[in-house]
Amino acid sequence: MGELRYNHAVNRAMADAMAADPTVVLFGEDVAGAGGVYGATRGLRDRYGGKRVRDTPISEAAIVGMAVGAALSGLKPIVEISFIDFMTFAMDAVVNQAAKMRTMFGGQCSVPMVLRTQHGGGAGSGPQHSQCLEAWFAHVPGLKVVCPGDPASAYGLLRAAIDDPDPVIVVEHKALYATRVPEPNSLPILSIGKAAILRPGRDLTIVSYGAALRAAAEAAGRLAAEGIETEILDLRSLQPWDEGAVLASLARTHRLLIVHEAVEAFGIGAEIAARMADVGFDELDAPILRVGAPFMPSPVAKALERRYLPNPESVIAAVRRLLA
Amino acid sequence: MGKTAPTIAKPVSNDVRLRRLYRTMLTIRRTEEALVGLLAEGLIPGFIHLSIGQEAIAAGVMDVLTPADTITSTHRGHGHAIAKGIRLDKFFAELLAKDAGACRGRGGSMHVADIAQGMLGANGIVAAGIPIALGSALAHQTLERDAVAVAFFGDGAMAEGLLHECLNLAKLWNLPVLFVCEDNGWGEFLPTAQQIVFTLDRLAAAHGIPHVPIDGNDVASVAQAAGEIVANIRSGGGPAILDCHTMRVGGHYEGDPQRGRDPGDLAKAAARDPLTIAAKDLSNAAVAKIETEVTADIAAAIAFARLAGEPGWDDAVASVYAADAA
Repeated sequence: MGELRYNHAVNRAMADAMAADPTVVLFGEDVAGAGGVYGATRGLRDRYGGKRVRDTPISEAAIVGMAVGAALSGLKPIVEISFIDFMTFAMDAVVNQAAKMRTMFGGQCSVPMVLRTQHGGGAGSGPQHSQCLEAWFAHVPGLKVVCPGDPASAYGLLRAAIDDPDPVIVVEHKALYATRVPEPNSLPILSIGKAAILRPGRDLTIVSYGAALRAAAEAAGRLAAEGIETEILDLRSLQPWDEGAVLASLARTHRLLIVHEAVEAFGIGAEIAARMADVGFDELDAPILRVGAPFMPSPVAKALERRYLPNPESVIAAVRRLLA
Repeated sequence: MGKTAPTIAKPVSNDVRLRRLYRTMLTIRRTEEALVGLLAEGLIPGFIHLSIGQEAIAAGVMDVLTPADTITSTHRGHGHAIAKGIRLDKFFAELLAKDAGACRGRGGSMHVADIAQGMLGANGIVAAGIPIALGSALAHQTLERDAVAVAFFGDGAMAEGLLHECLNLAKLWNLPVLFVCEDNGWGEFLPTAQQIVFTLDRLAAAHGIPHVPIDGNDVASVAQAAGEIVANIRSGGGPAILDCHTMRVGGHYEGDPQRGRDPGDLAKAAARDPLTIAAKDLSNAAVAKIETEVTADIAAAIAFARLAGEPGWDDAVASVYAADAA
């Protein structure tokens, strides 16, 4: 039995989508010749040709704007923005154009485009190559945001994103590309908006996504040795997010911790906490807690970055507060 | 300003065609004049940007396009929508933000679009439509359609870096896209001469893209030049720029007091009115007939728009994502 690597799962999702639908095209910086900064697009130009898989100049605003126009005119473009930090140059096309058009044009059109990008730290890449900016996009009506935390979700969510009639931002994580799992028996296309229980538990719920799930899983393992049973919910999809699944888990455990790598303030966790404080108020036996990055740019120095990122120790400390 | 002298294009001698061009221009003019009244009545939400005095560009360029061709427009986009074939009743209903509008009253003046006609939207963001036209051209090219895309932009957009990115990409990929600059000398409230140190011909040359300057107030010249350029683009000749010199008669938005604008400048614009220039080559009877017909069309469209219903809240809330998606 082989293994499935996260970046290979991303690659396979695009390859399968391009095989199934001739209108799916891929463009971005270094996606064709170099095969992507993290190797996720390797071999696709050879398989599907230079007309459908194109290298672009370093022009994020133009290429994302082009994706919008291509989506309006019959293509299903996938654009790779190699670091989410570079999306800043493309924000007009994403926020003012793609996100608005279905509503603004009265339902005359769909904008079926996918922006693949990656976020996160761990490599000492510093303030302009390590950010987790997914909450920006989740805040904009008209956009969908997914964040795969494992190879199977990387495949299933990207396929769903490509099939989706609306613009979807797929946020991968640079520290996950080399992670691998035994080749699954099947790789289903997942539903955007559905969370998954990664680990059942009765004492508390940790809601997380992306690479932060690893800190949560490590913490849960250590806590289990003390008899503390943690339920871990992988959100997978941030916009829309699976409020029903979070509420159902909270109704079982009555304690909620949200863990993400993004800056804690004004993040995805804030939205989840606010909703659960409303619809889940009667279920709560403790205040809702969050673990996220402190309110500062990502450090370069390894020792500082280790402390900056969520880790098993910071998760366990929050769990102890939750159970106190 | 150091601009290249306009090319002298052959006039459109075909009388039927000139009458069609005149009708399109007059429809835009009378429509926008009517909008002024409707705005004063309080029936139009937000603000509107008029293209009075610039109608020859929309009319001339769109005359050489087919329904399969696509355009992107600007905040000053009423003329583009009308010339590309939006129905007047749906246009006025949209401007009045009614449910029967082209965009169900959710776009209004700055976001009017008619996707089926290839009008991919007016745009509230300067230069933002240009890459959208490129993407549409990429789709035409990839799907091997016999179609071109046209990006309209004003000279104010020349200061946006996005224009440079798009010229580069269009040339790099030999995209079937026409860039149409409506150079009215203004970028919002400041003359572009006080904003921009380069000229479009030199920017075009730097990108290796043909640049054709034209008198944008002479509809025959615009149509003639656009016809030649678009034919070349259709046959795989790659991107080109049509640089239309025109004059903005009104201000940046309707109601702009235009403080500090030289009165002589406005007189010059009046003397170069594209309708007057075109009418010289038409009979008085033809002009009068078109005037009567256009006036009636617009009156009917406005009557429809006034009576149309307001958009519903539930529909609007449900419009953000596709209904059948996850």
